Amino acid sequence: MILLWLILIPIIGGVLAWIFGKVNPLLSRWISLIAMILDLILAVVIWIQHPAQIALENQGGWLLQFQAPWIPQYGIGFYFGLDGISLLMVLLTAFLGVVSVLASWSDIRERVGFFHFNLLWILAGVTGVFLALDLFLFYFFWEMMLIPMYFLIAIWGSANRIYSAIKFFIFTQASGLLMLVAILGLYFTHFQNTGVYTFNYTELIGTSIPSHLAMWLMLGFFIAFVVKLPAVPVHTWLPDAHTDAPTAGSVILAGLLLKTGAYGLFRFVLPLFPNAAAQIAPFAMILGAVGIIYGAVLAFAQNDLKRLIAYTSVSHLGFVLIGIFAFNELAFQGAIMTMICHGLSTGGLFILVGIIYDKIHTRDMDRMGGLWESVPRMGAVAMFLAMASLGLPGLGNFVGEFLALIGAFQVNIPVTAVAVVGLVFATVYSLWIIQRTFHGEQRESWELPDLSIRNLAVMASMIIILIWLGLFPKPVLDTARPALQKIERGIIPISQVEDQTPNPGMSRNLSDNPLHIAEPVNHNSAEQEGT
Amino acid sequence: MSSVDFTALMPLLIISVSSVIILLNVAMKRNHFVSFLLSLIGLAVAFVSLWSAGTVAPRQVTPLLIIDTYALFFMGLIFVASIVVAILTYNYLRYHEGAKDEIYIVLMLAVLGSGVLVSSTHFASFFLGLEVLTISLYVMIAFLRSSEFPLEAGIKYLILAAASSAFLLLGMALLYGELGTLQFADLADRIASGPGENSLFVLTGTALLLTGAGFKLAVVPFHMWTPDVYEGAPAPVTAFIATVSKGGIVALLLRYFLLTSGYSLNTVLIAIGFIAVASMFVGNYLALMQENVKRLLAYSSIAHLGYLLVAFVAGGALAVEAISYYLVVYFITTLGAFGIVSLLAETGSEKTSIEDYRGLFWSRPWIAAAFTAVMLSLAGIPLTAGFVGKFFVVTAGVSAAQYGLVILLVVNSAIALYYYLRLVVAMLSSPDGEEAPVLPGISLSGKLLLVGLTGALIYFGVYPSPLVQLIRDMMAAVL
Repeated sequence: MILLWLILIPIIGGVLAWIFGKVNPLLSRWISLIAMILDLILAVVIWIQHPAQIALENQGGWLLQFQAPWIPQYGIGFYFGLDGISLLMVLLTAFLGVVSVLASWSDIRERVGFFHFNLLWILAGVTGVFLALDLFLFYFFWEMMLIPMYFLIAIWGSANRIYSAIKFFIFTQASGLLMLVAILGLYFTHFQNTGVYTFNYTELIGTSIPSHLAMWLMLGFFIAFVVKLPAVPVHTWLPDAHTDAPTAGSVILAGLLLKTGAYGLFRFVLPLFPNAAAQIAPFAMILGAVGIIYGAVLAFAQNDLKRLIAYTSVSHLGFVLIGIFAFNELAFQGAIMTMICHGLSTGGLFILVGIIYDKIHTRDMDRMGGLWESVPRMGAVAMFLAMASLGLPGLGNFVGEFLALIGAFQVNIPVTAVAVVGLVFATVYSLWIIQRTFHGEQRESWELPDLSIRNLAVMASMIIILIWLGLFPKPVLDTARPALQKIERGIIPISQVEDQTPNPGMSRNLSDNPLHIAEPVNHNSAEQEGT
Repeated sequence: MSSVDFTALMPLLIISVSSVIILLNVAMKRNHFVSFLLSLIGLAVAFVSLWSAGTVAPRQVTPLLIIDTYALFFMGLIFVASIVVAILTYNYLRYHEGAKDEIYIVLMLAVLGSGVLVSSTHFASFFLGLEVLTISLYVMIAFLRSSEFPLEAGIKYLILAAASSAFLLLGMALLYGELGTLQFADLADRIASGPGENSLFVLTGTALLLTGAGFKLAVVPFHMWTPDVYEGAPAPVTAFIATVSKGGIVALLLRYFLLTSGYSLNTVLIAIGFIAVASMFVGNYLALMQENVKRLLAYSSIAHLGYLLVAFVAGGALAVEAISYYLVVYFITTLGAFGIVSLLAETGSEKTSIEDYRGLFWSRPWIAAAFTAVMLSLAGIPLTAGFVGKFFVVTAGVSAAQYGLVILLVVNSAIALYYYLRLVVAMLSSPDGEEAPVLPGISLSGKLLLVGLTGALIYFGVYPSPLVQLIRDMMAAVL
């Protein structure tokens, strides 16, 4: 039931914010803030109460579950479950939710109620994506988060907003429909094997699929997720959407929506199609490396500050893609860590750009320069976030990218070598941002106020978390470890499949997979709710 | 005919009688409201009588008609849709000058025709139902004689529908000449024992039947009349053509295929597959170019019939469920879309340009919210019934391993998003200039109608389980 509340709180909060926004805009801001803080508290409480390893063995791997019938005729149910990976993602969602409400406090002045409605519904949709264990339900939330995001960009965005919003929508919707076809393919394959119609993830996970079909189905999921991630060459929606979205929209896009793609790879592509995923792994890692270099080079070429940061996302998420397809725990941990820290550091940078834009009405770096003198606090924060983004040791991003690279090195040295070059590029563009905006001579005499107390608090909380994760990442690593180990166990590298197992690894491999214990899962859900 | 037969036929009889009652009432004293009320009562009573007819179902009444749960389900759908159309018509014509009572008489006749279609098992009743429906539609389309567009649309529909009926008759004649029966149920046996599936007569006859039905369904390449007729006809009548008329034909065609084992005619299935693909692409492509909302919806409805045909080609129990669910969804969304256009129409002029809807979200937020919900449902976005409908169609397609058709459907959904979102964006954007075009308010009955339709849209999108179960129970009759 607790899991349901994680989703219901933003949904209800959004409706209330819309209704009361008509009475007083400030009221809708407070309602949204309180809703997201409640959500964050709930998520933190779950984290504290459920040290991940303890619950692992006896619950089929899920810390918490919730199950209720929905469309039983088609084997569709409300089935939510939470493991270490989803817990971390939900924490990130709730935290960035609070941050984005605060970031739009003075930023959004028109149609405040409807804005917060959309904002909270995106957060609800994202949370749903992270928790859904029924494939239909997952697809439902996957699509549901798009509409409010579309409205967010199309109504409150900047100059080219309609174009960007439609591009974003069509890219993600079309790739999502491919995933739907793949989900249905899996559904009918499972039906042919067992005679049971079900979208239940824990039951589908053991489905044995003919290998050529598995490849096609896997590609359906893979495309949907790498479009969201995004990987080159399907990244083109991202710079437009990021640039034209309002600040809160950019924070959520970079911090959460991109992560849903990576999460989908972890949750569905690897466990459902281990062999097919192993087959395309080299290709996926190359895509990641290309993304790292390509994103960094394009970032360097931008004049628009927000667009620059958008391209850095393409670059950073390349590390995530490499980490996921390296298939070892170190790399997985690196990917998870990068996802979290990228959400924080890039989110912070977007907020800073939003504040600057709000005051000087341009994002053109040629017209900035020398801002440090008038806004030293903002300059210092930007400096810190840029350092985090370039992967300075001692900050969270370093841990993430370092782990991903170590993991990838064991598997694919050339790709790792190329990816490391990306770190050098990251240094260049990060310092370039600071150089062009805050240092040098002031080209136009801007008068802008420094960070307000509210924004300073937001930034301080982000900085503290980044330092914490940089110096003591153990809690996060521990939380994710059991779930990641389980995914790792589910995959047998392609070479070993050919070498040792006469009958393909699938069946052997799944029998010792604790995820596969489906029955106790259903029974425990009722008692589990009470805790 | 025994009394049981009468019980079974009661819904259709009530519709016929009420059209006569309205006729007599008009002869004595004209009153728009009374005529409207009589048609509403007739439809409501007919709807209630479905339950009593259900107690004797399935029942073959004469060789022509069968009253089974399948027929009753679609009759129910048609009656409810017609109630909506009647309410829209009343609101639309309220401030209209000149005679207006007669439209309710022909509306009832059209409902009768559609009701006969969904229960027919014989070529005679097929043709009879179709003609009763079509001839009533001529009158309804051209009802507002004072302006030229409805007249033009009426004449166009008259000529093309007559031509398509001729095709249909020729098809029936060929099949009869070769097989010697007009009963759907006998056709399959006669084909198997006689000329076989590849007989030229059987194939040509079926092709001509499809041509005739294709005209009524407005699928490519038989779609030419649609945009003009949709645009020219009064908005409530357009809603009726798009829903009741097409729904009746789809239900009939499905029954025909199931009864005559049409699914063994591979050539025909391939042809339907091509029609589906062409309808999706042409409909969506042309809808992209439209500035006129009614024409846009016309082309979008062509594409939607294409989606429906994907499930049709798939066949099987899942497909029958998918088609039925999709039809219900299609009825609700189409009635919603044309309902809004019709309710926003002022006397004599409809708001049909996309520009007219600019900024609607800020001037009339509730109507705009309803319109947005309808558009999102047409696009198949979660939380709306359209999402579940499209999901079922894709499910049916994948279950029959029609991956090619399903992928094309996916591609088309992405294309279609663009123009649905364009309307939504227009409603969201701030009106340019100082004066926003203020659209008229709508009546209480109109508001209730929109609330009901939008509510149904969201309910069936969030909790489809009861409707799925109902459809599954009802469709058992033909499987």
